[in-house]
Amino acid sequence: MANVTLTINGQQVTVPAGSTILQAAEKLNIFIPTLCYEPILTRPASCRICVVEVKGSKNLVPACAALARDGMVVETDTPEVIEARRTIIDLLLANHPMDCLTCGRNGDCRLQDYAFMYGVRESSFSGEKHNYPLEDDNPFYIRDMNKCILCGKCVRVCAEIQGNSVIDFTYRGFNTKIAAFMDVPMSQSECVFCGNCVAYCPTGALQEKYLRSHARTWEVQKVTTVCPYCGTGCTLDLNVKNGKVVGVTSTDGEVNGKALCVKGRFGFGFIHHPDRLQQPLIKKDGRLVESTWDEAIQLIATRLGEVKAQYGADAIGFLTSARCTNEENYLLSKLARAVIGTNNIDHCARL
Amino acid sequence: METLMDKCCDKCQHSPTTPCRDYVRCRKNGPICHQDENCSRLRQELLARVYMKPEAGMKYILICSGTGCISSGSPSLVKAFEEELAKNNLQGQVAIRITGCHGFCEQGPIVIIEPEKVFYRRVARDDAAEIVSMHLVQGQLVERLLYVDPVTGQAAKTYEDIPFYAHQQRLVLQKCGHTCPEDIQDYIAHDGYLALTKALFEMTPQQVVDEVKTSGLRGRGGAGFPTGVKWQGALNAKADKKYVICNADEGDPGAFMDRSVLEGDPHAVLEGMIICGYATGSDEGYIYVRAEYPLAIHRLKIAIAQAEQYGLLGENILNSGFNFRIKIKAGAGAFVCGEGTALMQSIEGNRGMPRYKVGRSTEKGLWDKPTTLNNVETFANVPLIIRHGGSWFASIGTEKSTGTKIFSITGKVNNTGLVEVPMGVTMRQIIFDVGGGIRDGRAFKALQIGGPSGGCLREEHLDIPVEYDSLIPLGAMMGSGGLVIMDDTTCMVDVARFFLNFTQAESCGKCTPCREGTKRMLEILNRICEGHGVPEDIEVLEKLSKVIINTSLCGLGQSAPNPVLTTLRYFRDEYEAHIYHKRCPASVCQALLVYTINQEKCTGCGACARACPAGAITGEKKQPHTIDLEKCIKCGSCLTRCKFDAVVKQ
Amino acid sequence: MSCQCGHQDEAAKREALEKVFAHYRGTKGALIPLLQEAQEIYGYLPGEVMRRIAAELKIPYSKVFGVATFYAQFHLKPRGRNVIRVCQGTACHVRGGAAIYKQVRESLALPAGEDTTADLRFTLETVACIGACGLAPVLSVNDDTYGRLVPEQINDILKNYA
Repeated sequence: MANVTLTINGQQVTVPAGSTILQAAEKLNIFIPTLCYEPILTRPASCRICVVEVKGSKNLVPACAALARDGMVVETDTPEVIEARRTIIDLLLANHPMDCLTCGRNGDCRLQDYAFMYGVRESSFSGEKHNYPLEDDNPFYIRDMNKCILCGKCVRVCAEIQGNSVIDFTYRGFNTKIAAFMDVPMSQSECVFCGNCVAYCPTGALQEKYLRSHARTWEVQKVTTVCPYCGTGCTLDLNVKNGKVVGVTSTDGEVNGKALCVKGRFGFGFIHHPDRLQQPLIKKDGRLVESTWDEAIQLIATRLGEVKAQYGADAIGFLTSARCTNEENYLLSKLARAVIGTNNIDHCARL
Repeated sequence: METLMDKCCDKCQHSPTTPCRDYVRCRKNGPICHQDENCSRLRQELLARVYMKPEAGMKYILICSGTGCISSGSPSLVKAFEEELAKNNLQGQVAIRITGCHGFCEQGPIVIIEPEKVFYRRVARDDAAEIVSMHLVQGQLVERLLYVDPVTGQAAKTYEDIPFYAHQQRLVLQKCGHTCPEDIQDYIAHDGYLALTKALFEMTPQQVVDEVKTSGLRGRGGAGFPTGVKWQGALNAKADKKYVICNADEGDPGAFMDRSVLEGDPHAVLEGMIICGYATGSDEGYIYVRAEYPLAIHRLKIAIAQAEQYGLLGENILNSGFNFRIKIKAGAGAFVCGEGTALMQSIEGNRGMPRYKVGRSTEKGLWDKPTTLNNVETFANVPLIIRHGGSWFASIGTEKSTGTKIFSITGKVNNTGLVEVPMGVTMRQIIFDVGGGIRDGRAFKALQIGGPSGGCLREEHLDIPVEYDSLIPLGAMMGSGGLVIMDDTTCMVDVARFFLNFTQAESCGKCTPCREGTKRMLEILNRICEGHGVPEDIEVLEKLSKVIINTSLCGLGQSAPNPVLTTLRYFRDEYEAHIYHKRCPASVCQALLVYTINQEKCTGCGACARACPAGAITGEKKQPHTIDLEKCIKCGSCLTRCKFDAVVKQ
Repeated sequence: MSCQCGHQDEAAKREALEKVFAHYRGTKGALIPLLQEAQEIYGYLPGEVMRRIAAELKIPYSKVFGVATFYAQFHLKPRGRNVIRVCQGTACHVRGGAAIYKQVRESLALPAGEDTTADLRFTLETVACIGACGLAPVLSVNDDTYGRLVPEQINDILKNYA
């Protein structure tokens, strides 16, 4: 593929034809703010925060969607560009609750970052603000459409990553709102609560319900690990506060990107649950009694041996769990076939 | 042979399945394939009737059936005239013809008697008897129904004597108002589909494109992009499928030229589209019409069916091997769909939100296929260009803006309506020669040109020629041709607010500056009109306008601030009066009005006091009354009730 | 009895909708025409009808709802038997369209925020421009247009519609 060479802020850069100005700028480590842009999603070029000056162009152009062309001369921080970005932030803040102090996304919010970066303390406009009811009737995430900046990432994630298209842009103009069919709460919609929209939301419009109400963003330590629920092997970040897991967020996993399912993202309650088994239990005299791993394994080995001796190896069957790793499944297969000597082994994912 | 479309004798074999390339020429000047005096004579007799020539020995009652005249009652006239003709036994000698719009809607319903070209206006059902008995039987004009020029006081006998028409150059509108839009034979008689015949058999697609380039035709929807260049792009594009789209989503408040063309001469638009299809290598066209134009849709459907019936649309058109179909898509009520990419989104069945375009639509348009999108008026010009040549067209108008332009002139002028003038005439000519000057003898104050994307200009701009490029430096644009004339009773802040209210309500909501920015601008303007403006408002409006223009995704947002910026530029003193002095100089902004009673004129009749809902007016019987300004809610009831002009609004 | 009629009515509507589906099957970009025809049949767009359109076109429910709420033509609530449209175009604005609108609201005694009368006799709307600017100010009731209006005429006009 042919290359194009352009100049950004006086520096020359060569990128493959078809690259955007933003991608060319990234190559030069030149920062351009973005709100609606997400590399893996389609590009609506709608938030307009990424506008830059291109020599010969009548208006400013969106760096996230405009293609880099040979000989193009781009400036990313002229007074005109800065003024435009500042105005856009100002306009977004004019229609945004200024409750950063108590917002769960405080410290983890693009809008806040850019307001800081461009020095917009508060909006210079007064006027109508949206006044939608807070939607918190599902156990997984809250939706505060008053904080929505209509970047539409959630709509695209739902359609392009999750493939569910539960939400879309609805109504028009200033009244535009991201909503499900008939504008019902998500709990009454077809939403599967994968929460991938939450992972991509740049503001506090979508927040993990438990995590954001139990920890400030700077209080948690993120521990990157692999999801235990199934063999897909999604990477996720356990958010740990005071030694306890308070939530799950997604990072850029090799297998899954930022996508998770409802179990991986929200099904972490078992970790610190009082009912969780921490010791093996052996039924003695009709009652389950706490035991040691050594005793339990010894008991299993003995009983399996007895069954095999009395009824033959095929009297025994093994069922493995989707929550096991490939390696664990492999070992169990070895145990069944090589040690016990039966092919009676199956997996819950087939049921 | 009942109509011009029929064959003269059994020698003619033309049908959509066995098409003949000479069909159109034959219907006009035939027969071509054989010589027969009787066939020729029959055809010439029919033509004379369609042309309403005196030698046809007939008289014709032309009843306007444009939306304007229909709403002022023209449908009832058809029946009334039929009855009167029957009463007077004139059916064989006088024919009634339904026509499209004359453009002079405020004089409607309009009735014209041909061949003598007598123009009757505001014709009521009861007038039919008089017109038939006086005019058609006795040969005398019905004077009271003639148009009287408000400037000279002279009655105009024929429509050619009316200044409103005399100063126009009607090319696109030539047939509107004279032919029947629901009968294809009228179009054929007036050289219809001859341009298509010429293009198909005498020109290559490239030659058609070259002719359009030579003509200098530019997009009539407002942007003014050279049509030939656009067509060349589509012709050059390599694809298995290409589309032609006619943008009939005319949405500028006050503009209705496209509607009139569609209602009055639908075949001209179809012919332009078919020629475009041939020139660009497309076999499918869409007409995207606003749903608010039911009559235009109705007439387009008839026109498409007739064109298909006679083999002018469909497979193997006139045995040329060229196929073309046209479908109608009715809009669903969104101004933004007049924007090209939004219109295509809408045809595809999506929300009409504009797309950021990386390339041109002629490369990647509807369903990602090369698409040629032109406006109604643009397409209607094409048959003229092909028939008379690009150079002929280029000789009309100015060097960079060729041909004519239809303007819809409304507001405080004597003659409102649709006017077609050559590009390059001045606003003064349009307003004072065609428009007959300002209503009620008041003073001209401003004009708004180009709809919500355009701007407001003032007296000093009246002598600037109207063309695409002349208005841009002034902050306005020709747009689709909306022209609103304002006198000294119009408040320019209120006008700016009106247009912004429109664009704000029609913003699709996709991009931040337009969605949020127009809202804040409107709020500021509302505040100013309500007397709560602060000095910083002007600067904020200007700064915000600049960013909205500079960063919005589509043309709607990029031009939305124009009405505000131009009024700030040319009528800043009015903003200042509202903000600093809390006065509306034109006495329009209700919150800033002060009603008082002229003590000299007041007779003390008490009508105003009885009308006042706030009980703000007091006074003794037969003594001058007064208004308590504290209680006054500025509703204006007193003003409308006073018979003595004693209530003063300031 | 009336219940029975209602059912028959509903069945006829369903049948009409099925015919529309059959007509547009295989046509590209059919969503907006389907919504238009469905609204023609039902008078508005009930949720259930939108669901069926989505199923017919094999597109997400949310998309149908997004499109239906974008365009001014579509109505998600039942509408009055007669639709009054008051023109807000430039010419009408300049010649007193606002007073006409105010008078219509008053004549219909519409509470703030409502646009349909409780008896479903009238729905009141504004329209950007009817295109009859020479007759300003203008309003239309159903397919009838009234021009050169003054507020005093409104009550007489409304009397004509049951």
